[in-house]
Amino acid sequence: MIAEIGLAALWLAAALAVLQLVGGALALRGGTESELAALTRPAAVLQGGLVALSFAMLLWVFAITDLSVKLVAMNSHSAKPLIFKLSGAWGNHEGSMLLWVTVMALAGALIAGIERRLPERTMQATLAAQGFVALGFYAFLLLSSNPFERLPQPAAEGLGLNPLLQDIGLAFHPPTLYIGYVGLSVAFSFAVGALITREVTPAFARAMRPWILGAWVFLTLGLVAGSYWAYYELGWGGYWFWDPVENAALMPWLAATALLHSAGVLASRDALRVWTIMLGVVAFSMSMLGTFLVRSGVLTSVHAFAVDPERGSFILLLLALYIGGALLLFALRAGAISEGERFSVASREGALVVNNVMLSAILAVVLLGTLYPLLTEAFDVRVSVGPPYFNPVGAIFAFPMLAVMAVGPLLRWRRDSWGRISKELALVAALLLAGIVLFAVLGEMALLPLLGLAFAIALAVASLLPLKGRRLKRVPIATWGMITAHLGIAVMLFGMASEGAFSQERLAALEEGGTTSVGPWAVRLEAVEPVAGPNWTALAGRLTVRHRDGEPQTIAPQSRNFWAPPQQTTESVLVTRWNGQLYAVMGGSSTDGRWQVRLWWKPFVTLIWYGGLLIALGGVLALVGRIRSDLKHRYISRRITERREERENA
Amino acid sequence: MSWRLWLPFLLFFGFAGLAAYQLSQPKDDTVKSTMVGKELPYFTLPPASLERPGVDSRYFYEGEPKLLNIWASWCLPCIAEASQLEQLKEEGVEIVGVAIRDEPTDVMRFLTEHGNPYSRIGRDDLSEVQLAIGSSGVPETFVIDGKGVITYQHVGDIRPEHVPMLLEELRKAGR
Repeated sequence: MIAEIGLAALWLAAALAVLQLVGGALALRGGTESELAALTRPAAVLQGGLVALSFAMLLWVFAITDLSVKLVAMNSHSAKPLIFKLSGAWGNHEGSMLLWVTVMALAGALIAGIERRLPERTMQATLAAQGFVALGFYAFLLLSSNPFERLPQPAAEGLGLNPLLQDIGLAFHPPTLYIGYVGLSVAFSFAVGALITREVTPAFARAMRPWILGAWVFLTLGLVAGSYWAYYELGWGGYWFWDPVENAALMPWLAATALLHSAGVLASRDALRVWTIMLGVVAFSMSMLGTFLVRSGVLTSVHAFAVDPERGSFILLLLALYIGGALLLFALRAGAISEGERFSVASREGALVVNNVMLSAILAVVLLGTLYPLLTEAFDVRVSVGPPYFNPVGAIFAFPMLAVMAVGPLLRWRRDSWGRISKELALVAALLLAGIVLFAVLGEMALLPLLGLAFAIALAVASLLPLKGRRLKRVPIATWGMITAHLGIAVMLFGMASEGAFSQERLAALEEGGTTSVGPWAVRLEAVEPVAGPNWTALAGRLTVRHRDGEPQTIAPQSRNFWAPPQQTTESVLVTRWNGQLYAVMGGSSTDGRWQVRLWWKPFVTLIWYGGLLIALGGVLALVGRIRSDLKHRYISRRITERREERENA
Repeated sequence: MSWRLWLPFLLFFGFAGLAAYQLSQPKDDTVKSTMVGKELPYFTLPPASLERPGVDSRYFYEGEPKLLNIWASWCLPCIAEASQLEQLKEEGVEIVGVAIRDEPTDVMRFLTEHGNPYSRIGRDDLSEVQLAIGSSGVPETFVIDGKGVITYQHVGDIRPEHVPMLLEELRKAGR
């Protein structure tokens, strides 16, 4: 019964999406008020409620492990801990699509409920676009990926959940990313709405900005969580693997970052109109493209999931409809939108344009590298594009962008001169140079890590410079947000560069009692012991590790075996110190009774994720600042109207 | 200006065409062992059940091609493929089993319930042999020719439609 309620709610929500589309479209035609148009907002709100109900029902059937529901039988198991039963609800194709459409409909409900700044026509167009996009996903769910499908006979036991996914980090990584992806659908609908009504104004950018910021914060958090999960769970030594699935998440982030900055220019200075609209379309396109790449199987990835060419065709159809449609609309309409205000090169806008161009270039580099195998495969050549391409080619654009990022916030809007900020420029340049020289003398390292370390230090200092000479209490929250986010980039860059520059690796075959060392650590294998968990068994190595003259610590990395479905995973152990992490992985045994132990010493590697969290925190601060100033603005304008009315009445 | 506005659309169009073409192509996504085409690594495994002897890799060096079936009593797809293995045995194929992380009593129970197509069953308690021949899960089936060379790998359970294909692979390996 629960599953049926969920399905019924989903059908009703789809019907409301139709109503939303038709109502919005009628409101736009001729401009006369249509009775249906009055229904668009309530339809959007109700649709959000119904989808939330549907998703709650899915969580319920997973919580009670209702094995008569096919999706539960395929992806869950009664022996799993409750939290992983719940995360099993979205750890599969159907459930994640339902989560997608849930987030989307709730976002639509929220715009319909609270957004009052947009002109009514643009609002109607936006809601219609949102309904149209949602409709495609409803069709996908209801026609080909029904999450509530019943089995003719209930299964005796579930097939389990991929054990790699039985991890708290991964339970929350997909929903976080999804909120980000889908939040960009709002920006997309706004852009389409504005293209339809040709009203691209600062007010439009201000209305869109909180949505971009919110989506961007979630995308950032999702990427940070995913990167850390891949690091400790998959045992990947690095922070970025340039796998198609990872790139699928990075590309929307790059586009959203560019969009965030260009919407800022549009909101404050009424410039970059066409560019902002373009990025609004591109950002969500990247989310959908990612979904397509991950699920269609057109690209081979180590962690593509739910691969099915038939679903791929469906998503490709949606892509063609939405992205193709929006780009067509853009081509037809954008010529009619004027460019907006002019500005000189040496200005805040000028710096932001450079930032946008560089971000877009990096996006193009990643997109090209990701899709390149697809192109060559059409000619029957199988290639894989990896770090040797992405790292240096990306860096060509990343370093100039970092340089502009360091000085851009110091410039004034519209017109400024380099002379005014010459002191700050000299300071940043001196720091950069000193860093390069210092690290070049300090040790032999490759060019990219060297530049990375020097740039990180210069950028960290530069990102605090906008505070110079200001009363800290008077600095707006949004500005604190920018400073925090930029500082976060510097911190993250330092982590990545030192990981590349200073990491040490040791692969040792140890018998019980044997010792080895890596970097400043001495390591001794005490014993290898069997361990049993709720749905796995494991071999655990008991290792004693000691940093220089410090106290010895005991750690126990495991090699785990799950039986439903059967799979082997490594549970690495990380020993975190302020200056880095020791990473230990237990391997198999060799025939002579020795055990493989793999060890890394990664100085300052944790800064990658602390930096990521700072970036997200910066986004949160900016969002809070914007919302606060919006509320203040709204309050003041209400007071003004009240006063005026009082005066007129008197 | 205006032709540039069409650029994103045209690029997307190109991508969509390419993707549609790729989607229509048949695709093989299984994880292939790099050991295919190479000789079996050396191993000896103790018997996993009381009824059958254990397995020694040298056993594959003499005579006819054989199937090496990686399985376990706790594996659900292994139940699904049991009747196909029976059928292959009736066709005269010799099937050597390697039971992964299993107990003799469980192996016995499984064989009584689902049939015993194996001539020998080795017991691989630590998945050593499984990993050494590049198998990533259970069940998996390898075709080994008379000289100990792995000529074909089948990932996942053997379904009825795979039986003729495996027979064909065995025939090819016999030449």
